Amino acid sequence: MSPTITTSSEANGNVSAATARAAAKAAVAAEQAGPQTITLAKALNTAMADAMHADPSVLVFGEDVGMLGGVFRITDGLTKTFGTSRCFDTPLAESGIVGMAVGMAMNGMRPVIEMQFDAFAYPAFEQIVSHVAKMHNRTKGAVKLPMVIRVPYAGGIGGVEHHCDSSEAYYAHTAGLKVFTPATVADGYRMLREAIDSDDPVMFMEPKKLYWSKDQVDLDALRAEHAANTERGTSSEGRAAVARPGTDATLIAYGPSVPTALAAAAAAAEEGRSLEVIDVRSIVPFDDETVCASVRKTGRAVVIAEAHGFASVASEIVARVQERCFHHLAAPIRRVTGFDVPYPAPKLEHYYLPGVDRILDAVDDLQWED
Amino acid sequence: MTISADHAAQPAAQQAAQQDPAGEAVSKFGITVEDYMLPARHQIQMVGPDGTLNPHTEQGTQPGHEYSLPSEAELMAAYEQLVVGRRVNDQNSALVRQGRMAVYPSSHGQEACQVAAALCLAEGDWLFPTYRDSVAVMARGVDPVQTMTLFRGDWHGGYDPAKNKVGIQCTPLTTQLLHGVGVAHAAKLRGEDTVVLAMCGDGATSEGDFHEALNFAAVFHLPVVFFVQNNQYAISVPLAHQSVAPSLAHKAVGYGMAGERVDGNDIVALLAVLGRAVKLAREGSGPLLVEAHTYRMQAHTNADDATRYRQDSEVAEWVAKDPLSRMQTYLTDRGLLDDDRAARIAEKAEAVATQLREGLSEEVPVEPQDLFKYVFSTPTPQLKEQSAMLADELARDAASTATASASKGAGK
Repeated sequence: MSPTITTSSEANGNVSAATARAAAKAAVAAEQAGPQTITLAKALNTAMADAMHADPSVLVFGEDVGMLGGVFRITDGLTKTFGTSRCFDTPLAESGIVGMAVGMAMNGMRPVIEMQFDAFAYPAFEQIVSHVAKMHNRTKGAVKLPMVIRVPYAGGIGGVEHHCDSSEAYYAHTAGLKVFTPATVADGYRMLREAIDSDDPVMFMEPKKLYWSKDQVDLDALRAEHAANTERGTSSEGRAAVARPGTDATLIAYGPSVPTALAAAAAAAEEGRSLEVIDVRSIVPFDDETVCASVRKTGRAVVIAEAHGFASVASEIVARVQERCFHHLAAPIRRVTGFDVPYPAPKLEHYYLPGVDRILDAVDDLQWED
Repeated sequence: MTISADHAAQPAAQQAAQQDPAGEAVSKFGITVEDYMLPARHQIQMVGPDGTLNPHTEQGTQPGHEYSLPSEAELMAAYEQLVVGRRVNDQNSALVRQGRMAVYPSSHGQEACQVAAALCLAEGDWLFPTYRDSVAVMARGVDPVQTMTLFRGDWHGGYDPAKNKVGIQCTPLTTQLLHGVGVAHAAKLRGEDTVVLAMCGDGATSEGDFHEALNFAAVFHLPVVFFVQNNQYAISVPLAHQSVAPSLAHKAVGYGMAGERVDGNDIVALLAVLGRAVKLAREGSGPLLVEAHTYRMQAHTNADDATRYRQDSEVAEWVAKDPLSRMQTYLTDRGLLDDDRAARIAEKAEAVATQLREGLSEEVPVEPQDLFKYVFSTPTPQLKEQSAMLADELARDAASTATASASKGAGK
């Protein structure tokens, strides 16, 4: 498959790309052009604003997303810019938010809804599993539900209980849901635009500890890339990315664990070991091709995730890779995950979270002496 | 597409003034806020169980709860659908007994509610039914055989919801009420005058989504009529174990909406009450809640044994309140129904029954690859792999069957 992530559409001069750029530029007239340092939060916010400018059927709603701009400020300014009929607060009821979004998506809208925290989404579980995931299937494709459920997830922020769950496995296990999780600022913009464009429902898992992580990105280039992809009917959906190339072993991570894996790879490099880091990006659909190509090359792998290891996405990745790469493996694939305990209180979470040392220990165990 | 209210945030006070249905009702009907929201002191009933029209003073006459008799044409159209609905219920139950359908939750005895729910809506409105509301779905115009696809076991749903504006028949209780709220909300944002009628049963009012749907509809001031068929039982559990509210219609007050109780076996009253609720909703009253008192004459489904939890004498009491026989008497007494007309209606009902018998006897081949076709708009690589695996299995099965029959043929 040809690469779908591009930054060079300036030259092709097609009309829709130019229109989209013009609209986006008008929206962000105050922003400086060219590369700038922004947070993941800002990238997500910009993605929603651009999508709302481009398509009047895109609506944003949830708890505190209106005048407050969300408890994490991801929807900051959207009500002010687009009015209370495009970005609005709902009563405090998650099943109601998701269920109403299902009806709106059935009737021509593209809702982008916010579950305030991972564990607060559980009252909506029935709507998500029994309707969001199944409507397309039970109607033989007659009803599409183009909706995005944004879930700030995972820990590492010193949050009290019910604010730090890694809930991605519940959704990944449910047939009919796409599950995306960005790890970089650029992917925050890129993947949220793609999620909003998707005709199928997307669980958009946002690593809340990365909301304030910064990177230098060129928003105009990202907009141009999105416009060019739209024009060509391509996207980065369902593709993993090589976050750091290497030759000796592969670290497979997603969302909040990607920066940890990159830190481990940097530390390993100082010890003379070259680790490749794969950012899974899309849990569903899963990019077997990119992940397995890396493992076949290196012959060793460690899967890293914050969620409990038992019956987890990490377990699924291990199973998939060993089924496809068994004869290329020099050692059993290891997992570095959260322990199988309820997410711990703030003063204990650093014992729970996969860290650089635990990852390097796992790498050391990959039978290097054989 | 246009969104009518694409404007900056309004001051809260201004919004509140626009969205005060009770205040509007006070000036419109000249009644108190409480009288608007509270149901009438008795169930609205126009035609009694014996088929006689109640004296005008005993129909809905309280201020704010005044109902007028539907037209002759409306009554005759409804009666025809009642007869068809009863025939559909009994035909489907028979098909289950004959093993030609997996299961059928019959609405026998509740046909008046079923028919009124469909007939009170305009073409552009939406209906959100439950699994027991097949007769309402058909009365709305959905093809009878397509309606029964779910219960025959061919697929989960057999009709396109957008075509007749009927949501897929919903099994998880009251979850569909929120979908109705969303459809109404989207329509309102586009400035359309769509009304949604969302159905549920008495047991379902205990579910959390019942509360969330009513509250969302009220807060967003949406044109939704919530229609509760109180048929007295949630499978085996009687209403007394679900709620001790004065009535289910009284629950409306807690959401700031109007509630009404109606005799669910009196289609005349149902047409009047639901018809006005739809009209008010379309005119901007916000949501309304209507509770119909009716009775599930048969077991929950063919898998249920109703004799374990209710007395025959109770069932017999409700036989006397049957929605069909009272309408037959009433319309005959009014001179609207004679033997000739009745025979023509019976013929129509029989035609639908024949359609069901023939349609459901037909063996529709299932397509194994459909398993993968509709999970997503575009299958994932994983689903493509699994689809290829199944195709390979089936090809090998077919090949070995062919080999076996060839060698069997050779041996002869």
